[in-house]
Amino acid sequence: MSVTTEQVRKTLARRYRAEKRFKAYGICAISIGLLALLLLFTDIIGKGYRAFYEYSVALQITFDPESLEIDDPRDLEQLQYGNYEAVVREALQARFPGVEGREDRRALAALVSTAAGYRLREMLENSPELLGQTRTLWLQLNDDADMFLKSSEAKRKTARLSDQQQTWMLELEQSDEVRAGFNHSLFTRGDSREPEQAGILGAILGSFFTMLVTLALSFPIGVAAAVYLEEFAPKNRFTDFIEVNINNLAAVPSIIFGLLGLAVFIGLFGMPRSVPLVGGLVLTLMTLPTIIISSRAAIKAVPPSIRQAAMGLGASKMQVVLQFVLPLALPGMLTGGIIGMAQALGETAPLLMIGMVAFIVELPAGAMDAATVLPVQVFLWASSPEQSFVTMTSAAIMVLMTFLITMNTMAVVMRKRLERRW
Amino acid sequence: MQTGQLLLILAAMIVTAFIMGRHRALQVAQPLGGIRHLRSLPFYYAMRSAIWCALPALTVLVTWLVFDQTLIRIMVLDSLPTELQPVDGTARNLLISQIGNVASGALPTDFVDAAVANAAGRLNQLQSISAMAMAVVVIVLAMVGGAWAWLRVSARMPAREQVERVLLVVFMLCAVLAVVTTVGIVFSVLFESIRFFGQVPITDFLFGLNWSPQMALRADQVASEGAFGAVPLFAGTLLISAIALIVAVPVGLMSAIYLAEYAHSKVRSFAKPALEVLAGVPTVVYGFFAALTVAPFIRDVGQSLGLSVASESALAAGLVMGIMLIPFVSSLSDDVITAVPRAMRDASLGLGATRSETIKKVIFPAALPGIMGGILLAASRAIGETMIVVMAAGLAANLTANPLQAVTTITVQIVTLLTGDQEFDSAKTLAAFALGLMLFITTLLMNVVALHIVKKYREQYE
Repeated sequence: MSVTTEQVRKTLARRYRAEKRFKAYGICAISIGLLALLLLFTDIIGKGYRAFYEYSVALQITFDPESLEIDDPRDLEQLQYGNYEAVVREALQARFPGVEGREDRRALAALVSTAAGYRLREMLENSPELLGQTRTLWLQLNDDADMFLKSSEAKRKTARLSDQQQTWMLELEQSDEVRAGFNHSLFTRGDSREPEQAGILGAILGSFFTMLVTLALSFPIGVAAAVYLEEFAPKNRFTDFIEVNINNLAAVPSIIFGLLGLAVFIGLFGMPRSVPLVGGLVLTLMTLPTIIISSRAAIKAVPPSIRQAAMGLGASKMQVVLQFVLPLALPGMLTGGIIGMAQALGETAPLLMIGMVAFIVELPAGAMDAATVLPVQVFLWASSPEQSFVTMTSAAIMVLMTFLITMNTMAVVMRKRLERRW
Repeated sequence: MQTGQLLLILAAMIVTAFIMGRHRALQVAQPLGGIRHLRSLPFYYAMRSAIWCALPALTVLVTWLVFDQTLIRIMVLDSLPTELQPVDGTARNLLISQIGNVASGALPTDFVDAAVANAAGRLNQLQSISAMAMAVVVIVLAMVGGAWAWLRVSARMPAREQVERVLLVVFMLCAVLAVVTTVGIVFSVLFESIRFFGQVPITDFLFGLNWSPQMALRADQVASEGAFGAVPLFAGTLLISAIALIVAVPVGLMSAIYLAEYAHSKVRSFAKPALEVLAGVPTVVYGFFAALTVAPFIRDVGQSLGLSVASESALAAGLVMGIMLIPFVSSLSDDVITAVPRAMRDASLGLGATRSETIKKVIFPAALPGIMGGILLAASRAIGETMIVVMAAGLAANLTANPLQAVTTITVQIVTLLTGDQEFDSAKTLAAFALGLMLFITTLLMNVVALHIVKKYREQYE
C-alpha cells in the first residue's frame, strides 16, 4: 500500500464526518426557512380566525314611541334623531332588573355595540308598523364583550370588562342568550374606530381601483417597452442606457417611488392626495421593471424560425412581431404581469408617502375617491391598541394572503398550462 | 363636462374614424378593381384614421389635465389684492386650501374675507371655463384629425408604413419611460435635498451625531431648534441590515446548496415553492409578525435571562428582515450555483473528493463572485426595506451597537417625517427627501456593482 493511499484511508473517517456535518447544515438551513414559514402562518391564523365570527345577544326590544321620541316613523327627520340607544338600554335593564345607579347602568349599556342603534333605525325605516311593538332581536355586542366570550377561561380574567360586566356576560352565556354568527360587517363595511363595526370592504375596494389603474397602465406599457427593446432597438449606447436603467429601477427601494409620487404627481401636477389613481400611477412605475424583464424573457423564448418563416412570407417586421411573436409570447407575459400585480397588491411603503394612510370610513366609488388599500389597512390596524384590532389585522392579512396566493398559484398554473416548449 | 364623459365621446369618435377610414379605403379601391390595388390593407387605412383622430386630441387632453390646476391656482392667487398676497409657501398653501374649501361649498362665504370669497368664485368660474375649453378643443382636434386622415386616403398612400412608424415611436416612448422615471426620481429627491441643504449645512447632516427633527412651531418658542445629524440613522440602518444578513446569508446559501446538490427531487419540489411563498409574503405582514410576536418573545426571553431588552429592539426587526431575505438569497445563489459547469463538478468528484469538498473547494470559489453580487443585492434590499422597521423598530435615534436596544433607520424617519400633518416645505419634510437621496445613492451604487458582478460572472461560463 502506498503512502498516499494510507494517508487517504486515515483521513477518510474525518472526511465522511465533515460530509455528514455539511449535509446537516443544509437540512438545518431548509428547516429554519420552513419553520419560519410555518410559524408565520400559524401565528397569523391563530390570531385572526376569531375575527370571522362575532357574538350577538338576544334582547326583547320594544319600539316604544316615547323612549324613541318618534311619533311618526315615516318622518325621516324624526327617524334620524330618534333615541335608539334608550330603547336598547331599557331592554338591557329589563333583562337585568337588579341593576341600579348611573355607573352600573352605563356599564351595562356599554356591552352592546353602538351599531345596534343603526340596526334599529334601519328596521324602523323599512317597516314603520314596528313602532310600539316588541321583538326579540339579536344585537351585536361591543368588541370588549365580544372578545370576552371568544377568550378561553384562563384569559377571561384579564379581559377589558369589569368584574360586574363579566358576571352579566357569564349569565347571558349560561342561559344561551348569546350566540356566535358570521361577522358580516368585516366584509361589508369600511374602517371604523369601533372594532366591531370596522370592515375591510373599503380597503378591498381601494386595492381594487388601485390595481385596476396599475394593470391598465403597467401591462401595455411594459409589453410595448419589452417589444421595443427585444425586437426593434438598435444596438447602441442609448439602448444600453435604457437597459441599465430598467435593471436598476427593479432594485430601487419601493419607498423611493413613493417620494417620486409625492414630489411629482402631488407636488408638481397638483393631483389630490390619498386617491387610488395616484397610488396606481406610483405602483405602475414600481412594477414596470418586473413586467418588462419577464416580458423580454417571454419574447426571447419565441424561436427565430417563427420570425423567419413569417418574414419569408412577406410580413413586415411589425407584422411579424404583432401577429406572430406576441401571441406566442403572451402566456409568459401574462405570468409576469400577474407576478407584478401580486407584488403591487402587497406593497405598502410608497402608498404611505402619497397619503393613502388616512382614516376613511366611506367606501370608495372610483379611482378619484380617497381610499386606503389592504396592506395599508393592516398597517393602520396593527398600530391600534385594542385587542380586537389585533384579530382584525390578522383577519385582514389572511384575506390579503388569500388574494396573493391565488394570484401566484394562477401564475404557476398558467405557466405550466400555456407555456410551449420549442 | 366631466373628463370621463369626454373620454367616452373621444372613444366613440375614434371608433367612428376607424370605421369611416376603412369604408373610405374600400370606396377608393372599388373603381380600381378591388383592394389588391391599394398599397396597404384597408385595416391600415382605418388604423391611420383612428390614430390621426386620437393622437393629437389625447396629447392635448393629457397636457391640459396635468397643468390646468396649477395654472388656475396661479391665476386665482394673482387676482387677489396685494395685501392678501401670501408671504411664504406655508401661507400660500393655507390660502389655496381655504379658497378651495369656499369654492366647493365646504366653508360658508361669510366666514372669510370678501376677497377670498371673490377668489373662490373666480376659481369656480375658471374651472368651468377650463373644462369647457378643454372639451371643445379636444373634440375639434379629434374631428379635424379624423377628417384630415379621411380626406387623404388614396390608393398610393403607404398607410401601413405610416401606422407602423407611429407604433414604433409609441413603443420606444414606453421603453424610454424607464429613463424618465429614473430622471424623475433623481430630480425629485435632488431638488428638495438642495433646498434642505440650504437650511441645514450638508456636513451637519452627514456627520452630526444628534437627530431630533422637531422644529420650533413659533418663532419665540424655547423648544429645540431641530437637529439633523443623520449618523444615528445610518448606524441604526447598518445594525438592522447586518443582523438581517447574518440570518439570511448562511441560511439562504446553505438552503440553496442543499437544494441544488443534495436534496431528493421530492424534497426539492416541495421545499422550493414553500420558500417562494416566503418571498411572496408582503412586508407589512412581516412587520406585524415582528412587532406583535417576535419582539415580545425576545423581550420575554431577555427578561428571563436578566437582560434589559427594549420592546422595539433592533434584534426583532433584524431577525424578521433576515427571514424575509432568506428566499431572496437562496434563489440568487441557486442561479449561480447551477450555472457552474457540470464538467468542473464531475472532475472534482472523479478525483475522489466528497460532495462537500467539491462544493467547498470547487463550486463555491467558482460561484463566489455571483454569490457576492447576490449578497450585495440582498443588502441593498435590507437597507431600503421599510415596513418591517416602521412597525418593529423604534423612533428614537440612539447611537448604539447593542442589538437589544431600539434604533431607528433612514426609512423609518422618511415615513415618520412625511406621514404627519406638516406643510410641504418645512425643514422636516425636506429632511425626508435628503434621507431619500442618501438611500437612493447608496442602493444605486450597490445595485450597479452587484449587477455588474453578476453579469461578468454569467459571461464567464457562457
